[in-house]
Amino acid sequence: MEALIAKDVTKRYAQHTALDKVTITIPEKTIFGLLGPNGAGKTTLIRIINQIINHDEGEIIIFGEKLKPGHVEQIGYLPEERGLYKKMKVGDQLLYLAQLKGLSRKDALAKIKIWLEKFDIKDWWNKKVEDLSKGMAQKVQFISTVLHEPKLIILDEPFSGFDPVNAQLITEKILELKEQGSTIIFSTHRMETVESLCDHIALINKSKKILEGPKKQVKEQYRSNTFIVEHRGNHFNLAAEKYELKGQVVIEDNLFSSTIQAKGSIKGNQLIRDLIDITDVYSFQEKLPTMADIFISLVKGDGDEALKKHLQEV
Amino acid sequence: MNKVWLIIQREFLIRVRKKSFLIATILVPLLVPGILGGLIYVAVKEAESAKPDTVMILDESGQFNLDSTKNTKRFHFVPMLVALEHAKKAYNETKDFALLYVPKFDINKPEGLVIYTQENPSIEKIGDLETILQDRVRDLKLQEYKIDKEVLKNLKTKINLKQINLSKSGEEKSSNSGILYGMGFILGIMIYIFVLVYGIQIMQGVIDEKTSKVVEVIVSSVKPFQLMLGKIVGIAAVGVLQFLIWIVLITFLSSSVLGYFGLKMPQKQAMEEVTKKIQDEDVKQAMQQQQSNVQVNELLANIGEIPFGKIAFVFVFYFLGGYLLYGALFAAVGSAVESIQESQQFQFPITLPLLIGYFGLFMFVLRDPHGPVSFWLSVIPFTSPVAMVGRIAFDVPAWQLALSMVMLIAGFIFTTWVAGRIYRVGILMTGTKVNWKVMAKWFMISE
Repeated sequence: MEALIAKDVTKRYAQHTALDKVTITIPEKTIFGLLGPNGAGKTTLIRIINQIINHDEGEIIIFGEKLKPGHVEQIGYLPEERGLYKKMKVGDQLLYLAQLKGLSRKDALAKIKIWLEKFDIKDWWNKKVEDLSKGMAQKVQFISTVLHEPKLIILDEPFSGFDPVNAQLITEKILELKEQGSTIIFSTHRMETVESLCDHIALINKSKKILEGPKKQVKEQYRSNTFIVEHRGNHFNLAAEKYELKGQVVIEDNLFSSTIQAKGSIKGNQLIRDLIDITDVYSFQEKLPTMADIFISLVKGDGDEALKKHLQEV
Repeated sequence: MNKVWLIIQREFLIRVRKKSFLIATILVPLLVPGILGGLIYVAVKEAESAKPDTVMILDESGQFNLDSTKNTKRFHFVPMLVALEHAKKAYNETKDFALLYVPKFDINKPEGLVIYTQENPSIEKIGDLETILQDRVRDLKLQEYKIDKEVLKNLKTKINLKQINLSKSGEEKSSNSGILYGMGFILGIMIYIFVLVYGIQIMQGVIDEKTSKVVEVIVSSVKPFQLMLGKIVGIAAVGVLQFLIWIVLITFLSSSVLGYFGLKMPQKQAMEEVTKKIQDEDVKQAMQQQQSNVQVNELLANIGEIPFGKIAFVFVFYFLGGYLLYGALFAAVGSAVESIQESQQFQFPITLPLLIGYFGLFMFVLRDPHGPVSFWLSVIPFTSPVAMVGRIAFDVPAWQLALSMVMLIAGFIFTTWVAGRIYRVGILMTGTKVNWKVMAKWFMISE
């Protein structure tokens, strides 16, 4: 079953259209990367899913049901602009937020204890939020997001404000939550996070979805038939009608790394076959586009042409 | 609804647990009578210890005979027997209060009297001097007309009208305009202050939530309207609690203070008086024969006949109604701005009707409680909280009270609806320059 399906979701404001017929399918128990430049409409979509604002057209289906007010209890939301009540104590605050998400007082208390132990911050209960450092407050906010065991967790730039140690800790918790069956929507600019964590991605630009699918498939789609070959000796000539040598660097004495793009329908195997005859092949790997490559080229230019051109330049 | 209840609880508890709440709740009942008592004490002491002012008097007419034998508590007179020019010079060398110059005059048309002073004297002092001079002229006239002072004294008769309201059913109620005026005055001002103070608390709370960004987390759990409602009701509960504590504390304190001086609370005494009257007609008659006591007793009886229960109910109703009506508007303003400073441009326009009610209280309601302006001020929801509470002591017809209450309820439902529509958009808007037009646009945005 799909955790969330958005069908032709449109949101208009007086001056502009924030979302233009956006259709996205988020499979259950995955980490879904919602990508896009600032102002593309990600936050609008997230707010619509959270029922903070309403959409003008289209439909949202969540766990097989049409989105309705009761669904807020199944969603955990960490907004990009973090915020807690500054004068409230950590314990009271978590209790309040959990109860607003529908937990009973008793359940909430038990779960808060478990989470504070997980993060090793049991003694924070009576601390006021204004006395915490930024990173500490972020931890509290993360706990408040997942405390009610939501089936759908929406994290907007979850790692901003965390040091590498805590970022690692949060990553572990996110993966744990996925293991336990939660679906996680990630909205981020950090491509290395997307690269390492996301299973699926969607890219929104200028209010429109321009790319969607499993990460692997997306990368596959944007392959440019380019290979990186390490070889000894560089005295060879490739047939110019079949291959193009895009670059060559010396790694060490007589060991070279060449970037070769195959033309037309020529596959990697064919290139290996051709290379074996003329040089001493040390390693061979296909050069796949990184998410950053795909993101930048799609957002900067207009579609596939630009992407290919960009990849050729890299 | 359960969630609104959670919000109400939080808003209530965070405020009640604050030290400032505790301090304000305990200090106000101590301070208000304390300050009043202190001021009265100082004023009395000052009047007692004030040295009389010396007035040099140059009486060319020779008719006033103001000399040290005519000294009063406030003025000592020093007669001068030189020409005006010399008198002025002499006066300037002293630190005396004034030099009074009286030329020859016709007692039927006293003109040309001048007072020279070194500083600007208070109107009060000049008035007192004028009274002394007028009395003197009157005495001269009495002599001229050959009227005996004693005869004149006997001609004077004092009449106090006893006020009785005759209701349609023929029931008689005595009343006292002075007491009613005082009550209307105090209650009206209290409503005005409370609505403003608690309204601003709502606004402050909304601004805090918006600037700390916590609002986005909250509205992912509850509807913005629920959040607004919870906040408004929670703060109202704080206000009501504070009232109750004040009433209990003030009653307790004043009865123990009065008890210390061997007095009873006026209401309590009046109640006892009234019940005694009913129980024992003879005693009542006996009491009425004690002429000296009649007026005091009547005053106390009048206080006893003021329907305190009804007034308290009306007061709480109009406090809550006015608070809800204006509180919603304060919430809307809070949602639109990002700081208290920024909110000031909106605060004045929304509190203007309240201010009109406040001035209307003095200009119309208390002077003519049943006139048309008073009627409209106490029926229109925006001014009725102040105006009706000021008017209620004057026995407002039941239909007018009912109409005003229904209008007030309709009024706050309306403002809450308007405010809710602005609020839901405003709390998520940051970095926009807000004016009335922008708010109107937010209001128009469909759900």
